[in-house]
Amino acid sequence: MDNQNQPLIFERSKKGRTAYSLPALDIPELPINEMVGDDYLRKEEPNWPEVSELELVRHYMALSKRNFGVDNGFYPLGSCTMKYNPKVNEVVARLSGLAHIHPYQDEQTVQGALELLYRLQENLQEITGMDAVTLQPAAGAHGEWTGLMIIRAFHEANGDVKRTKVIVPDTAHGTNPASAAVAGFEAVTVKSDENGLVDLEDLKRVADETTAALMLTNPNTLGLFETHIQEIAEIVHAAGGKVYYDGANMNAIMGVTRPGDMGYDVVHLNLHKTFTGPHGGGGPGSGPVGVKAELEPFLPKPLIVKKEDGSYGFDEDRPQSIGRVKAFYGNFGINVRAYAYIRTMGGKGLFQVSKDAVLNANYLLKRLTDHFDTPFKQLCKHEFVLSGSRQKKLGVRTLDMAKRLLDFGYYPPTIYFPLLVDEALMIEPTETESKETLDEFADHLIAITKEAEEHPETVQEAPHKTVIGRLDETQAARHPVLRYLKQ
Amino acid sequence: MSQYRYLPVTDEDRREMLDVIGVQSDEELFSDVPEKIRFKGELNLEPQLSEPELIRFLSRLAKKNVSTSDYPSFLGAGIYDHYIPSVVDSVISRGEFYTAYTPYQAEVSQGELQAIFEFQSLICELTGMEAANSSMYDGSTSLAEAALLSSGVTRNKKIVVSETVHPEYRQVLATYAHGRRLDVVTIPSKDGETDVQALQAAINDETACVIVQYPNFFGHVEPLKDIEEMTHNAKRAQLIVASNPLALGILTPPGDFNADIVVGDCQPLGISESFGGPHCGYFAVSKKLIRKVPGRLVGETVDDKGQRGYVLTLQAREQHIRREKATSNICSNQALNALASSVAMNAFGKKGIRELAEQNIQKAHYAAKKLSEEGVTVCDNHTFFNEFVVDCKRPVSEVNRALLDQGMIGGYDLAKSFSHCENKMLVAVTEMRSKAEIDQFAEALGGIIRG
Repeated sequence: MDNQNQPLIFERSKKGRTAYSLPALDIPELPINEMVGDDYLRKEEPNWPEVSELELVRHYMALSKRNFGVDNGFYPLGSCTMKYNPKVNEVVARLSGLAHIHPYQDEQTVQGALELLYRLQENLQEITGMDAVTLQPAAGAHGEWTGLMIIRAFHEANGDVKRTKVIVPDTAHGTNPASAAVAGFEAVTVKSDENGLVDLEDLKRVADETTAALMLTNPNTLGLFETHIQEIAEIVHAAGGKVYYDGANMNAIMGVTRPGDMGYDVVHLNLHKTFTGPHGGGGPGSGPVGVKAELEPFLPKPLIVKKEDGSYGFDEDRPQSIGRVKAFYGNFGINVRAYAYIRTMGGKGLFQVSKDAVLNANYLLKRLTDHFDTPFKQLCKHEFVLSGSRQKKLGVRTLDMAKRLLDFGYYPPTIYFPLLVDEALMIEPTETESKETLDEFADHLIAITKEAEEHPETVQEAPHKTVIGRLDETQAARHPVLRYLKQ
Repeated sequence: MSQYRYLPVTDEDRREMLDVIGVQSDEELFSDVPEKIRFKGELNLEPQLSEPELIRFLSRLAKKNVSTSDYPSFLGAGIYDHYIPSVVDSVISRGEFYTAYTPYQAEVSQGELQAIFEFQSLICELTGMEAANSSMYDGSTSLAEAALLSSGVTRNKKIVVSETVHPEYRQVLATYAHGRRLDVVTIPSKDGETDVQALQAAINDETACVIVQYPNFFGHVEPLKDIEEMTHNAKRAQLIVASNPLALGILTPPGDFNADIVVGDCQPLGISESFGGPHCGYFAVSKKLIRKVPGRLVGETVDDKGQRGYVLTLQAREQHIRREKATSNICSNQALNALASSVAMNAFGKKGIRELAEQNIQKAHYAAKKLSEEGVTVCDNHTFFNEFVVDCKRPVSEVNRALLDQGMIGGYDLAKSFSHCENKMLVAVTEMRSKAEIDQFAEALGGIIRG
């Protein structure tokens, strides 16, 4: 691959070039200073580049070649559900009647959009076993915070103001404690037992009259099913708390079991994981929240409702609502894609999705299990965690193996997470990958473990074939250069 | 044969794989799910659709909507119908971009990282600020996070916000403030601008920040110079400015007025209305706040051979490292929309952003004049950008229905958010509206109001 520095768009700029076209002003002009006072009239142009359209296209084409998506190759990034993003979703989200509508249009002029959202809500209720759903949160963490604010409003409405703590497992994703903090709670940790599951005795110890909620994904962050989920829910409920389902791992259980049937009170989903919204290089996502009936009054407003006359509209009259969590009604375009996916698969299809996701993960785990330390012995669900501790003794870190995978055209697994597992590699193949892909990946990863034994420097110095080598992160943080400045 | 085009595992594969795993059936893979909570039967979802059926069905739903590509729209209030260069969609449709995850593995994510670095740079240039992050969910959450940042830095709990800030942004702020137990004080407006006397009276040493919108919700250019002075005269208070980025093509950037944080939504620059989202919040700060910023930041560095490259940096602020002590809980952001906006900003360049902003302000002023000529009361004698207020003398919802009958989408009904704005319509005029459309709108609105 070429090792040339890629110029910044600013470095391609040349005075006098342009890549846009507007019609000439067809109205009589006023002098600008009659419309804007001198103090408020911009004196200096922003230093934006001047490039032609072709140069602009080539710039981004060059950047795209220096990037790797699911369309490029296998992307077994644990906890992220990097499944295929269907092309038809992109087509329908761009339909003029969906992409070019304004949220403040009269309800009667956006009935199609409201109907779509209403149908999506209904489907998500069925999938999660919840009684009501809001589509307003923009992403998973936003959904977590929304869900916790709902729980807080519920406790406050009951005059139960001493519930200041949210319990999170020691394996939890960082957003769980962070969302708890933004919702005004203190995060407390519950330990995992030797099987990687919530330690029930420890949960009994931490759950008390100050507990607002427990946040728990199931299967959990280790990819293991919390077999005692009903007991867990009972312990938290007995203490007066609510049980929150982090939907990050929903891909494992569709049609198998539902959060609502496991004893959960609140759920968020990541439509950009389980329901094929593309990850977009970091976003946008969509994080709908579902709740049981007793929490429904606290959902953000407005809610999308079906009226008696069969038309659809917004319900703003919700006095107990936590309020608005985002302007307008959520990441509509992502919700359209998720709806398209659900209709493409149907109920039976989504069940097949989860079965195949779990099959692929267990198969890949089995293929790799002799070559790594495996902290947990039971079946996994849609993902699993290996430990690189055996390789660490040879001087090869998990980071090195991840970088070596880049040379073989793979995006590496999630590494060093969950924190509980030494030198963790967290692998989630997803159901959209074929057995051939899994076999090739396993062969390569096993070959890397052999390299670690025989010539570790090949792994330690990886990657060898990427456009750039390992980057100096310390320098980046110590002397932050966060923008281009004209020399 | 698989009937699902996204699922490659064949029956033969399945048998082989189950054999390797050492189980009899895929049912056995779920033996850890207790029987009592197993879902019985099939999920009762809407029926499965083939690809042609799906496209037909969703096209039918889409056609039930009145699209701003078919009807000239005078509706704004935070989201606008603007020119989007074709190159934008071409770039964001590249699978390398839209099917990628957050660029944690920098060696195979240089494209995304560099694109974000350029986005940060473009936003800094536009706002006159020293650093910008890689995006927030939207303008409203960006504004709320700015208030949380201020409160954290100043250790003050009083958030002072002008009533002329977008009503939904203020509602989102209220929700976040309740979470963090902050007090929000709302300053009334006077003739469509922040009542500066009331503002002065509200600012004190307990104030964490003053939040204004520039241009404000009514389209007016707030007197930032005076507001900045008042704010920074207080001991610790910070100035947060929410700005339509397009307006900054012609207005003095908030950074030049010593704003501490500038936020807003990039929708006007390259992002379709899309019924309110996904759009792209931007978040820009002065140098002293760089290490307090929420969300992802991309920084420049070098690799082991000294080649220039880009990485996610200052991650010690973020939830995956700091957990409950993080500056924010944000993880996913709006990266693809930030990319879309970058492409548009680069297409416009330094000349284009100015021309675009000028066309907006010119057309809006022309429309205001035309409406006056048609006997419509234009309530604004202030400086405004591309929006202004008219008095419809009757409920705006009625007026808008009549406009729709004549093939136009009318403005925003201010009575929905302001009790003192009965019968008032916020009219937005962008570069997309031709003289003929504006004339027709003025004539129609004049006619409807006269009855």
